Amino acid sequence: MVSLWDGFEVGDVVAEGSIALTRDSLVRYAGASGDFNPIHYRDDFATSVGLDGVLAHGMLTMGLAVGPVTQWLGDRGFVSSYQVRFTKPVYVLASGSVAVSVSATLSKIDDPSEGSATLALSVSVGEGTTVLGKSFVVVSPR
Amino acid sequence: MSVNPELLDTVFEPTSPYVVGREKVREFSQAVFAMAPIHHDLASAQAAGWADLVAPPTFPIVIQEKTLQQLLSHPGAGIDFSRVVHGDQKFEYHRPLIVGDEVVATLRVTKIQSLGGHTMVTSESTIETTSGEAVVTATSTLVVRGDEA
Repeated sequence: MVSLWDGFEVGDVVAEGSIALTRDSLVRYAGASGDFNPIHYRDDFATSVGLDGVLAHGMLTMGLAVGPVTQWLGDRGFVSSYQVRFTKPVYVLASGSVAVSVSATLSKIDDPSEGSATLALSVSVGEGTTVLGKSFVVVSPR
Repeated sequence: MSVNPELLDTVFEPTSPYVVGREKVREFSQAVFAMAPIHHDLASAQAAGWADLVAPPTFPIVIQEKTLQQLLSHPGAGIDFSRVVHGDQKFEYHRPLIVGDEVVATLRVTKIQSLGGHTMVTSESTIETTSGEAVVTATSTLVVRGDEA
């Protein structure tokens, strides 16, 4: 069997991508997920609770950040573990967009015989402000 | 109001059965920019060996959320929802959720820790099919901010 990791060395970027988030994206995620906390769509409410403005759902950022990995993986395997720490808010203005950049790096081959491996995700906005910490995806072949 | 330390090891009632729906998976996938065909196109998912559309990795939050609501609204928990921030999130999968799965989720409080005036509440929600097959375990750490001085 051809390993998923043939041609990759630890430290190599396996997948990357960038998503432009708009206020519409947040409203869409609110509807799809059922998380209607108004801090994710109402500026007046967000500022009234001490935030600098409307911010993206952490789970939206987590959800989109694994996309490049699943897209790269296709039907050759599945995500067997995924974790993140929410370290910084992603503010999204009423107009315009904010680019969320994702890069997935091969961190370690967990089980060479089975072929599962851990990818470290780097997720940032703007000029490289990291918004997720301790972000790891474990991929297993099937 | 502060978090009740006796919450530790509390196990909540399983949620009522949730059926993973095809259009819900498509809608959620679009919302998280998950464009892989196995999330949208039935023929692609079946060609890849799945019975139906594959839910993207963070879809289980929709089901886990129902257990977090049980925790947050529990009268004895002492958790002020307006002070809650999502700190950490983890999913461990036996397999992906697939359209047609009927699942229930059961939450257990696994850790309560005070740190610099804040309280971190960690809970583990196991999601299994109504026939008892474990599918995914979702773990959240909620940070309950302390009273401002």
